[in-house]
Amino acid sequence: MYKSLEEICQIEKESGKPFWKIVQEDDCREQGITEAESFEQMRRMYQAMQYADEHYDANLKSASGLVGTEGKKMQEAREAGKLLCGEFIGKVMEKALKTSESNACMKRIVAAPTAGSCGVVPAVLLSLQEERGYTEDQMVEALFVAAGIGGVIANRAFLAGAAGGCQAEIGSASAMAAGGVAHLLGGSATEIANAAALALKNLLGLACDPVAGLVEVPCVKRNVMGAVNAMTSADMTMAGIFSKIPPDEVIDAMRAIGRSMHEDLRETSKGGLAATPTGNEIKERMSHLL
Amino acid sequence: MNLLDIIGPVMVGPSSSHTAGAVKIGRVSRKLLAEEVKDAQIYFHGSFQATGKGHGTDRAVIAGLLGMAVDDPDIPDSFEIAKSRGMTFTLNGIDLGEAHPNTVKMNLTGVTGRTLEIVAASIGGGQIQIQELDGLSANFSGDYPTLIVHNVDQPGHVTEVASMLAHKSINIATVKLYRDGRGGRAVMVVECDQEVPRESIEWLEHLEGILKVTYLSLAGE
Repeated sequence: MYKSLEEICQIEKESGKPFWKIVQEDDCREQGITEAESFEQMRRMYQAMQYADEHYDANLKSASGLVGTEGKKMQEAREAGKLLCGEFIGKVMEKALKTSESNACMKRIVAAPTAGSCGVVPAVLLSLQEERGYTEDQMVEALFVAAGIGGVIANRAFLAGAAGGCQAEIGSASAMAAGGVAHLLGGSATEIANAAALALKNLLGLACDPVAGLVEVPCVKRNVMGAVNAMTSADMTMAGIFSKIPPDEVIDAMRAIGRSMHEDLRETSKGGLAATPTGNEIKERMSHLL
Repeated sequence: MNLLDIIGPVMVGPSSSHTAGAVKIGRVSRKLLAEEVKDAQIYFHGSFQATGKGHGTDRAVIAGLLGMAVDDPDIPDSFEIAKSRGMTFTLNGIDLGEAHPNTVKMNLTGVTGRTLEIVAASIGGGQIQIQELDGLSANFSGDYPTLIVHNVDQPGHVTEVASMLAHKSINIATVKLYRDGRGGRAVMVVECDQEVPRESIEWLEHLEGILKVTYLSLAGE
C-alpha cells in the first residue's frame, strides 16, 4: 500500500493510469495475485455491502436496546417526502443508518475500514449507483479508490478509534468514500486526493467516546454524518474548490491530533458522551447484564 | 495488511476486536483441540468481561468453538446451536492481572476426552494472539500452520522437529522456544509456510521425551 497520496498522483501523471488501477496493481504485487483475481475479491466486497443493505431488518434491537429501527424511520420519512435534505441525500442517510444499525445488531457487514464505520462507504456508493446507474465494475473501481486512500491513512496515521479517536474511523471512512465519489464523477487522482482531504479536514479532532463501550451511541449516527460529508466534499472538489493544506499533510495532522488526544477519548469510554450522567447510567445498567 | 484489511473483512458485527476476534479465538482453539468440543469452561478478562455481553463476545467465542467463521450469520444463535449439538459450556469473569484487556482463558474438553487449556487475546482489527497452551507460553497469531511441541527440556528435540520439517520440504517461518525451568517442561512453537502432514505429527508424538504435540492446520481456510 502507498505511503502518500502525492505518490499516487505522480504515478498517474507519469503513466496516465487511473488512481484505482495504480492501487490495484500494487495490491496484485503485494498479494501475488492476478488483476482479475484482485478485481473479483473487491467485487465480493461490493456485493456483500449490497447484501447487508438489502437484508436490513427493522425488527432487530442491539444488545443494549439502544439501537434499532432508525433506518426504517428514515426510510419512511424519505418516502413521505418529509426530508429537508431531499430524496438523494435522504437515501444516503437511510443506508448509512441501516448498515451501521445492522452491525450493532450482529448482522453481517463489511468493515470499511472498521466495523464501527461500516455504514459510510456503502451508503455513499450504493445510493450513487441507484441514482446514476453506474455499472458494478465502476463501483468496484470506486472501492479500489477508497481502499487506496484508506491504505495511505493506515500507513501514515491509523484507522482505529483506540489509536486515534473517531476521526481515525469515521474520518477515514468519509475520506475514502469522498475519493470514491470523485472517481465516479470523473475526477483525476489530484481531485480524488482533494476530496479525501476535504472530508478528513472536516472531521479532525473527533473523539471516540462510545457509551458503555458499545459500537452503538454515537457511532451509528456518526456514520450518517460521515456519509453526507463525503458527498459534500466530492461536490466541492468537482466545483473546483481545493484544500489549501495538501492531502498528505491533512493525514499527518490527523495523526498528530490522535497522538495528543487524551486516552479518555480513544475508545476507553471514560470521556465525552460516555462519561455524561446518562452515559454512565446506561453503562451501569449494561453491567447488570453480565 | 493488504487492501482487503481496509475494505473488509466481511464479518458479523458489532466489533472487529470484541466480536470477529473472539470468533477467531474460538475457531483456532477448536482446531488446536483437533476434535469437536464437548465442554468449554470460559473465563473473560478485562474489557472482554466488562463489555463482552454488549458486543456478543460470549456468543462469538462459542460460535468459533463450533467451527463458525467470522462472517457466519448464525453467530448470534451460537448458544442454541451449541445446545442442539450437545456442547456444554460455562461463562465466567476472571482477573488475569496485567494480561491484554481483551483476553479469554478456556479449558476445553473434546469428544474423545482430549483436553486443552488456552489463553488468547484479541489484539485489534480482528487479529488475535494465542498466548498460552496448557500453562506454557506460546505467542502465535494463528495466521500460519503452527506446530506446538511440548517436550522434556533436554538436547535434541529441536533438531528432531527441524529435520522432520526439512525432510517434508516445509519451510519454517518463525520458531520460538520456552521452558518452565532447566530440565523441566519446554515448548517450541513453529510457524510454517506449508501444512504439516498428519503422519509426521503422529511420528513426533511417539518420540521419547515428547509430551504433547498440538497442531493448527489452516487447511480449508
